[in-house]
Amino acid sequence: MKEQDEDWTMVIKPSSGLFDLQLKEVWRYRDLLQMFVRRDFVAVYKQTILGPIWFFLQPLFTTITFTIVFGKIAGMSTNGVPPLLFYMAGIVGWNYFAECLNTTSTTFIQNANIFGKVYFPRLIMPLSIIVSNLLKFGVQLILFLVLLGYYIIRGADVQPNIYLLLVPFLVLLMAGLGLGFGMLISAMTTKYRDLKFLVGFGVQLAMYASPVIYPLSTLPEKYKIYIAANPMSGIIEAFRFAFLGSGTLNWNYLIYSTLFTLVIFILGVITFNKVEKSFMDTV
Amino acid sequence: MSNTVIRVENLSKQYRLGELGTGTISHDLNRWWNKVRGKEDPYLKIGEVNDRTTKATSEYAWALQDINFEVKQGEVLGIIGKNGAGKSTLLKLLSRVTAPTTGTIKAKGRIASLLEVGTGFHEELTGRENVFLNGAIMGMSKAEIRSKFDEIVAFSGTERYIDTPVKRYSSGMRVRLAFAVAAHLEPEILIVDEVLAVGDAEFQKKAIGKMQDVSRGDGRTVLFVSHNMAAVQALCTNGLILKNGTVDNFGEINKMINHYIDDNGNVDKTFKEWQQGSGPGNSQIELTSVSIVDENFQRKEQFYLDEKIFISIKFRINEPGLKINFSLSLYGKGEEYILSSPSINDPLYRVPLDRGIYEAICIIPSSLFNEGTFYLSILLVNNQNRIITQLDKILSITYIDDGKNRGNYFGHWSGLIRPNLCWNTKKINF
Repeated sequence: MKEQDEDWTMVIKPSSGLFDLQLKEVWRYRDLLQMFVRRDFVAVYKQTILGPIWFFLQPLFTTITFTIVFGKIAGMSTNGVPPLLFYMAGIVGWNYFAECLNTTSTTFIQNANIFGKVYFPRLIMPLSIIVSNLLKFGVQLILFLVLLGYYIIRGADVQPNIYLLLVPFLVLLMAGLGLGFGMLISAMTTKYRDLKFLVGFGVQLAMYASPVIYPLSTLPEKYKIYIAANPMSGIIEAFRFAFLGSGTLNWNYLIYSTLFTLVIFILGVITFNKVEKSFMDTV
Repeated sequence: MSNTVIRVENLSKQYRLGELGTGTISHDLNRWWNKVRGKEDPYLKIGEVNDRTTKATSEYAWALQDINFEVKQGEVLGIIGKNGAGKSTLLKLLSRVTAPTTGTIKAKGRIASLLEVGTGFHEELTGRENVFLNGAIMGMSKAEIRSKFDEIVAFSGTERYIDTPVKRYSSGMRVRLAFAVAAHLEPEILIVDEVLAVGDAEFQKKAIGKMQDVSRGDGRTVLFVSHNMAAVQALCTNGLILKNGTVDNFGEINKMINHYIDDNGNVDKTFKEWQQGSGPGNSQIELTSVSIVDENFQRKEQFYLDEKIFISIKFRINEPGLKINFSLSLYGKGEEYILSSPSINDPLYRVPLDRGIYEAICIIPSSLFNEGTFYLSILLVNNQNRIITQLDKILSITYIDDGKNRGNYFGHWSGLIRPNLCWNTKKINF
């Protein structure tokens, strides 16, 4: 019997190591990830008249609202950049992070139905959310680029620069941050629903504590430190700087954001991994 | 071939009873504190045999406790047990939906479950899109699904609607499509839970046939959970009986089914006895006991369809010369009034009786009723047609289908009664 014991292909145990992510399993299920992304993309706007145009309308209207409220009525500075461009750069970036966080944070509760019946690596779910949001982000980025092109032709004072090479890295940071926070919260909400309430307005409030609607440079020194503590601040600033050439690119902020993202991401993965095995009992 | 493909060792699963919320944090902290100090989890110790009928004394319950068994390749294992015995928990652990509290499951090959088919079907997507999505959820690759797509659609019989959103499907169509995907999974180990309850007869036949192909033809292993003893007996080679979260018995399927049926856990409904002076009746006559027994005068809770049932009514006559008779009424589970049978053909029907103890026996012929539970009322009447006593639904009889006289049909058999009518086909013309 002894020699037989070695060729079990699967062993189900009470719990596994903290970092036992079963990435091999995740890779085996990559087609499922693709299906989920497709589902998210196709299903959302079925039976709507405008369909995928909603992807454009949402950031467009937010930008216009911000331009009117913060730019025109409140008269806040945009560092000389056309307000439409200024706000949209912030919104597109922030939206990606916020959507990733919001959707991932409900992974377990939203999918309890599926998770309760079949096994697949649970990590697939948040990963698919990140990817489908990335597509959405891509679409919105195109809208932004069109707007940018229009302003450049009109001769506005914007200089897209070499730091555009940094953008993929910035997107990675936003994804990592949203995923990390999201997984952490989703794992904890299976037991303590209180967090669910916090996330909704927490993300909303965090936006005001980031340079989405104002440039970091216009802040008084004593507030700057608090805003810079928001890990998204450095990312949004760098993102805007790359496309518009306005504001500052502060490497310290960026390094801080990177470290913060790493810590949150690892923490998120660990908790998620720990909870996924038995969350069905508490959800 | 005696290759073990599943080995379950000391498997247990604990659940917390009651509401989660207050106290959860303190328990978690306590647990963590004990862990830090290298001590055992304090909440794992409390716990008792999981009997749903009694109120628990602790907040934690063992849904499964110390389960051990092995399944060999090509075997079809029937998992039998009453509601709450732990069948679903066992399947959930096997399909990795939730993790065990202690113990291990070792398996060779892919395990796929049909725990309620159609998981992950998205209302807005078309049948075609859902086949791909559902297949991927079940662990198939895109290429695999594509190669079997035509087969899946043909099996489900939904060709015409394949490009219609699933939300427009009837529930039967949905189940058929979902089952078709699952049936083409080709895992080494397949878990099937009560799927037979849905779909029409034709589809059930297909589904059963597919399950048989899977085990017999391809040497794959099937774990089958059902309350339908006929299907279990016809399909399974071995049986595992669960009772209150523990393994009650494990072995050859016919033995297991007999064991399960003979296991009379609840005697109350097949037997009732009264102390002298407290029985129903009057000063002249008093009932002492009523019971349901088989041919060997053994009390049983469940009977096969082709068994005769004896209803015994014992009574004491205190005043000589009394003339009485009984009448029996039977009701179905849904309160349907099925029949009443007075004891007119009894030799002692309204004949003056001496003082003493008597036993009246009524025989319910074999192969009369369909499977299910029937309730029995007894009426005691004197010769002026006055009711002396009336015992409403005092006994119950449960019939179980052992799979005989079914032919190749394993689905639900409708109707309250199920006598074997006479059939005869002859050629009458050339």
